[in-house]
Amino acid sequence: MIVELGHFALVLALMVALVQSTVPIAGVYRADGRMQAVGVPAALTQLLLIGLSFAALTYAYVVSDFSVVNVFENAHSDQPLLYKYTSVWGNHEGSILLWVLILALFGGLVAAFGTNLPQRLKALVLSVQGWISVAFIGFILGTSNPFARLDPAPFEGRDLNPILQDIGLAIHPPLLYLGYVGCSISFSFAVAALIDGRIDAAWARWARPWTLAAWVFLTLGIAMGSYWAYYELGWGGFWFWDPVENASLMPWLATTALLHSAVVMERRDALKIWTVLLAILAFSLSLLGTFLVRSGVLTSVHTFAADPTRGVFILLILCAFIGGSLALFALRAGSLTPGGIFAPISREGALILNNIFITAATATVVVGTLYPLVLESLTGAKISVGAPFYNLTFVPVVAPLLVLIPFGPLLAWKRGDLRAAAERLTLAFGLSILGTIVVLAFVGVSQALALLGVWVGLWLMVGAFAELAARIKLAQAPLSESWRRLVGLPRSTFSTALAHSGVGIMVLGIVSASVWSGEDIRSMTVGETATIAGYEITLDGFRSGRGPNYEEASAQLTVRRDGRVIAVMSPSKRFYPARDTQTTEAAIETRGFSQIYLSLGDIAEGGTTVRIFWRPWVTLMWWGAVVMSIGGALSLTDRRLRVGAPRPARRRRLAPAE
Amino acid sequence: MTRKQRRLTMIGAAGVVLALAAGLVLYALSDQIVFFNSPSEVIAQEVAPGSRIRLGGLVADGSVVKAEDGAVTFAVTDGAATIQVAFRGILPDLFREGQGVVTEGVVNRDKTFTADTVLAKHDENYVPAEVVDALKEQGHWEGGGS
Repeated sequence: MIVELGHFALVLALMVALVQSTVPIAGVYRADGRMQAVGVPAALTQLLLIGLSFAALTYAYVVSDFSVVNVFENAHSDQPLLYKYTSVWGNHEGSILLWVLILALFGGLVAAFGTNLPQRLKALVLSVQGWISVAFIGFILGTSNPFARLDPAPFEGRDLNPILQDIGLAIHPPLLYLGYVGCSISFSFAVAALIDGRIDAAWARWARPWTLAAWVFLTLGIAMGSYWAYYELGWGGFWFWDPVENASLMPWLATTALLHSAVVMERRDALKIWTVLLAILAFSLSLLGTFLVRSGVLTSVHTFAADPTRGVFILLILCAFIGGSLALFALRAGSLTPGGIFAPISREGALILNNIFITAATATVVVGTLYPLVLESLTGAKISVGAPFYNLTFVPVVAPLLVLIPFGPLLAWKRGDLRAAAERLTLAFGLSILGTIVVLAFVGVSQALALLGVWVGLWLMVGAFAELAARIKLAQAPLSESWRRLVGLPRSTFSTALAHSGVGIMVLGIVSASVWSGEDIRSMTVGETATIAGYEITLDGFRSGRGPNYEEASAQLTVRRDGRVIAVMSPSKRFYPARDTQTTEAAIETRGFSQIYLSLGDIAEGGTTVRIFWRPWVTLMWWGAVVMSIGGALSLTDRRLRVGAPRPARRRRLAPAE
Repeated sequence: MTRKQRRLTMIGAAGVVLALAAGLVLYALSDQIVFFNSPSEVIAQEVAPGSRIRLGGLVADGSVVKAEDGAVTFAVTDGAATIQVAFRGILPDLFREGQGVVTEGVVNRDKTFTADTVLAKHDENYVPAEVVDALKEQGHWEGGGS
């Protein structure tokens, strides 16, 4: 009964979404305030209905109602409770329902908190959100109904894919979807502004916080996905340039570019056309990602089931939204007036350069991801584009950008002084060189490129704070004045510094884990010792056990350094009878930022194959993403950026001029 | 600097970066991509020895031999032709005889294959799309859909 109510709530949500997508926009054209106001209650009702629907599906999973096909295929009554919850989106139907729920959540947030938005703009934004809702709820009801029943009901379910039975499934998809779907808000703002024909700095002030929030979630979601793949797949790799990974990277890059161009628009009323185009592109790339992952054109762990009708449906949604918005853009872009004038060497110029590089980098990823699909459909030849392709294209395009990042915040608006910026960076440059020499002393000259990578990472980490140091007159004024200035700085200054240094931390982690990693695959018998990076790892024995829905065989290995016991690690193999599937559970020991990583091969009489990895500084990569996110989140709390905040009041006299 | 000059500067910069990116992409596409081939194609000498490819098919029944030192040999077949594959390392959890597999590595002169990567399947029902197509071509595909 509850399941039917959930289905019914979803159908009702579609009806409400239809109202939301038509009435407010009609109100704008008929200048009818009451019709425009319909958007707010419609968006909130839709959120409530989809929430109910999602709760109903969750209920079916928690009570293991196997008369629901979706539950039967993806759950098992022996699962721990947490995985009963996460199983809800560990499958195609449920994950699309989560997508729609988050879409409704964002729509509801705009409706509830966008009180300072002009009524016309708000009505249009909610209408556009309504269109997206209609398309995706229609997709669920038409091709991917999670509430379909099974008669007679089976006694036991088929269990969730064991690889997904992990805490990662509780975190990664919701975060990633918050990011993906968050892009829909800036898209809706862009389309609304194009329909309205009015785009100004105020628009950027309204749209930017949403983009920023989406970006923060996307950053965390991608980093979490990378770490999950790293420890779950047992290969010790953190990024495979897999098309589904690229599917999340592309919108991330576009959103990053959008964040920066929106700053120019907000502060200088320039780059309007480009910013609106980026907002459209960012969401288009999110949709493309959804299409790639969900349509079954790619085979991967993310593709739960391949069903051609679904692919065609998503492709139609893709064409309608991307094509429609770009056509609207083409119609209206000409009427947008260009804004403030600035010299090429200026903050604006630096942000444009950032956009050029990021766009080019995005383009290389788009080509690498889509080219195999296009080639196969045209010629039938099957190719795979992997890391070597991206090392040759993506990396060289991004590298110059990374070196230039610290300069950007030091350039003034309108007309910057490159020499003054360089002078302020001298100290940071010296420190980064010094740091590189220290690293060189420890690891020796192995690869020149790797040292360059280390330098770039350190340069970013230190250089990011050069603007901060300059603004508080560090070492030029008494410490007490520096402190007073520091307290008076707007939060966005800290957030820029943090986010940029996060990039540096990430670069450092990636370079170190890629270049100075150790790897050893060996068959070990009980009592045997392997050595990696100065750690002695001894195989002590085996143990077998039972989990709630699996059998487990684990190996005990003691890690010693200079004869002292540091850790006991137990990597294992699990067997899930419900799916007749085996998984490898790696054991990871974190030492500072470095990790020892063990994963098992088949266990034979008295021995086993062990894959031993040494990953120096590897966690810096994910910490870097966390620092970037903290920077973004901090910026969200800046009062100038608060959702719908009015034009900032003149700042207190103590604060330095911008 | 006039508005026109400013615009030209920006367009120039964008052009340079995009041209660089396009050049790199074209070069990488000609040099750094890996083709997928079936055993029949390798036997029919469509692949030059020493070239790096992905070889896909079914793991032939009874062909898996595991040596003490972690080296493994097995045969990949598409029904019409069979290729011997040598691999050193840990096989994915779902590697089984009679199941689909994709391996990446180098074709040897004697038409055997040295793999450095054996791709994991993520699901017991999943057969890589390339393998399905290869099997269909040979008339050995009995599954539905896909």
